[in-house]
Amino acid sequence: MKTFKMGGVHPEENKISNEAPIEVMPVGSQVAVLMNQHLGAPATPVVQKGERVKVGQLIGEAQAFMCANVHSPVSGTVLKVDTCKDAFGQPKPAVYIAVEGDEWMEEIDRTAEVKRECALTAAEIVAKLKEKGVVGLGGATFPTHIKYSIPEGKKADYLVVNAAECEPYLTSDLRVMLEHAEEICVGISILRTALGGVKAYVGIESNKPQAISVMTQMAATFEGIEVVPLRVKYPQGAEKQLIQAVTGRRVPSGKLPIDAGCVVSNVGTCFAVYEAVQKNKPLIENILTVTGKELPSQHNYLVRIGTTYNEIIRHSIGELPETTGKVISGGTMMGKAVVNLDAPTVKGNASVLVIGEREARRQPETACIRCGKCMDACPMGLEPYLFSALVKGGRFEEARVHNILDCIECGCCFFSCPACKPLTDEIRLGKNKVRALMAAKK
Amino acid sequence: MNLMKISGSPHVHSDESTRRIMWRVNLALVPALLCAIAYFGLNALLVAVVSVASCVLFQWLIEKYILKVPTTVGDGSAVVTGLLLAFNVPATVSMLWIVVIGALVAIGIGKMAFGGLGKNPFNPALVGRVFLLISFPVQMTTWPVAEGLFPMQFDVASGATPLAAFKEGQLAGVSYWDALLGHIGGSMGEVSALAILIGAAYLLWKKIISWHIPVAFIGTALAMSAVLWWIDPQQYMDPMMTILTGGIMLGACFMATDMVTSPMAKSGQLIFGCGCGLLTIVIRNWGAYPEGVSFAILIMNSVTPLLNRWCKPRRFAS
Repeated sequence: MKTFKMGGVHPEENKISNEAPIEVMPVGSQVAVLMNQHLGAPATPVVQKGERVKVGQLIGEAQAFMCANVHSPVSGTVLKVDTCKDAFGQPKPAVYIAVEGDEWMEEIDRTAEVKRECALTAAEIVAKLKEKGVVGLGGATFPTHIKYSIPEGKKADYLVVNAAECEPYLTSDLRVMLEHAEEICVGISILRTALGGVKAYVGIESNKPQAISVMTQMAATFEGIEVVPLRVKYPQGAEKQLIQAVTGRRVPSGKLPIDAGCVVSNVGTCFAVYEAVQKNKPLIENILTVTGKELPSQHNYLVRIGTTYNEIIRHSIGELPETTGKVISGGTMMGKAVVNLDAPTVKGNASVLVIGEREARRQPETACIRCGKCMDACPMGLEPYLFSALVKGGRFEEARVHNILDCIECGCCFFSCPACKPLTDEIRLGKNKVRALMAAKK
Repeated sequence: MNLMKISGSPHVHSDESTRRIMWRVNLALVPALLCAIAYFGLNALLVAVVSVASCVLFQWLIEKYILKVPTTVGDGSAVVTGLLLAFNVPATVSMLWIVVIGALVAIGIGKMAFGGLGKNPFNPALVGRVFLLISFPVQMTTWPVAEGLFPMQFDVASGATPLAAFKEGQLAGVSYWDALLGHIGGSMGEVSALAILIGAAYLLWKKIISWHIPVAFIGTALAMSAVLWWIDPQQYMDPMMTILTGGIMLGACFMATDMVTSPMAKSGQLIFGCGCGLLTIVIRNWGAYPEGVSFAILIMNSVTPLLNRWCKPRRFAS
C-alpha cells in the first residue's frame, strides 16, 4: 500500500466517533461572525447595525487579494459591528447578529437532490468559489479561489484530494465521505474542470475501509477520479507527504504543490465546492467532530459557523468532565488548544476535542541522549535536536542554513522524543525568529 | 470568559522515555549475564553486582555532593554502565576491588565530568575498561576458562582467550560452536556470541538500536579478516572465528550502539561502524594488544561529533 517515504509516526488512532452520523446542531440566539476566518486579510463588513440579514447573505466582502467573502450563517438583525475574542483570546473584527427565525436567501437550493451536471467553465467556477467564500477545510483555510487560479506558466497535472484524515480522533471527513460520497465526487469533478480536466486522486488511509469502498464505488460512476488507499501513517495528510504518497512526485523545499504539477484540496472542501457551485450555498457550516475518551458520548455535527464552543459542548455533552485537561480545535498532533470557550467557531474548524488531564500532561524534560529518534521521525528529513540547540543559543542564521523553514510543524519530533524535549515548540519559535530576521534584511 | 489551559501542539506523546530505553538495554544484557554466570559461576554474578552497585553509588554521590543536582540514578543508565563494565573484565575474585576503581573512572571521568548522561563524548564503560587494562594489565588478562555447563567451583589457572592464544601462535581446539555458545576464555560478558545476539535482537525489535552500526562493524571486520586470511591462513585468524571471539559481538551490539556516543544519522552510523571494524582488525593484527575493540570504539567515539556534522539526513525532495 502506498505511503510517503521518509519519517512519520503512528500515534494511537482513537477514531472513537466514527460510528456517529452527522447530526444537525440547532442555532443559538445570537452569533458573532468573525471577519477573518481564512488565511490572509480580514473581510470588510458590508452590513450595518440594525440591518436585517438572511442565511447566506454576504456580510463581509473580500477586498484584499488574499481574502475570502464571509456570509451570514443565520437570519436576524445585526446587533453591532465590533471586535470579538477568538478561540485563542485575540480580538478580531466581527459582526454580531441576533437570530430571528431561519430565513434563507432565495437563490440557495436547500433540497437534498444531487445535481451532477455542471456547465460552468473554469473561470466561472473560480468566480463562483470566490463569491461563495469557499476556503480550504483541511486546516489552513487557504482561499480556494486563489488556489484554483493557476498562475501563468504553471500547469496542474493532478488534483490530489486529501481524505487521509491522519490526525487522531477526527472523523468529520470520514462521515462526510460515508454520507455525501456523490456530492463529493461532483465537487471533485468541478475542481477537475477548474484545473482543465486533470486526473483526480483521492487518498484515503486504510483505517477507513468503509470510506474506501463507498468512495471507490461512487468514483467509478464519474470520469477521472481514482481512490488511492494509503497505509496508516502520520502526517499523511500534510500536503507534500500526500503528494508523494499518491503521485510519487516531490515538492522541493520552499516550493508549492503546483510546482510539482499538483493541487491539493481536502475532501471537506470538495463537499463545500459542490454546495457552492451546484446549490449556490456559501460556506456557512462546518462538519465538526465532538470527541474525547472521557466524554459520555461521541458526535459528528453540522454546525453553523459562529456557534460558540460552549454552545457546542452544552448541546452535545452538557458540560466538560472535571478531568478535562485541554480543549483542542483540530487533532492531537497539529490542533490548537482553545483558550476561550466563548469564542465562535470559524470556517475550517474540524473538531471540539476534549482530552483528559492525564493525556494532556507533558512529562518533565530530561537530557537529550542523542538517540536520533527525532531525525528518524521527521518527514522532512531535518534535524530537530539541532534546531533545539541552535534556537536556545540564539543562532538563528545557522538554523536557517539547516533549513528550519522546511519544518511543517507536524509534531513527530516531540511525539517520539524520549527526553520529552519541547522540540516542536522550540522550532516554531525559531521559524518565527528566522522569518522576522529575513523580513528585516529585505 | 473562562480560560482553558493551553500548550503548543502536539498534545500527545509516544510515552517513550530515556528511563524505559535504559531499562530495556539492561534487560537485553540479561542473557549474556546469565551465560556468564552459567560458565564462570557465582564469581561472575559477584563482579556484576559490585560493578553495578559502585557505578550507581558513584553517580549518586557525585550528583548529590559535587554537582548538587537531583539524582538521576533511577533512569538506569548507571546500571547499563555497570553491567557493561563488568562484562568487559574477567570474572575472577581478584577483580572485585579493581572493578570498583573502574566504576569510579567510568562514572566520574567518563560520564559525570562532562555533565552527565547525554553529554559524555566517550562510552563510559569503555573509558573504565581501558583505564583498568592499562593500570592492571595482569589481573585484566588473567582469564578463567569455562569448563562444563555449570562449573560452580573455579579453576582460574588456565590462561588465554582465543585471541591471545592465537597471538602467541597456539590456538587449537576451539570450535565455532564453542565460540558461539561461550565455551571459551574471555571477559565475562563477551564469551557467548549467541547470548549477545539474543539481546541485540530484542533491542532491534524495540527499535532502541538500528542495524546500521552492528552490521557495518561486524561486516567490515569479517570482510577485512577474510582478505587477510585469504592472503595467509597461517598468520591470520579465520574470519568467522575473528568475529565470534573477543569483544566484537559485545562491542558491535551494545557499546558501539550507545546512543550518546554514536552518530545520529544513518549514514554516519555506517561510517562509524566501518571505522570500528577496521580499527579492531588493525589493532588485533598489528597492535600490541591481542584485542582492539575497546580502543576502536573509543577512537570512533572521538570522531562522532564530526560525523554528526558531515552526515546529514536526506532532506525531503533533495
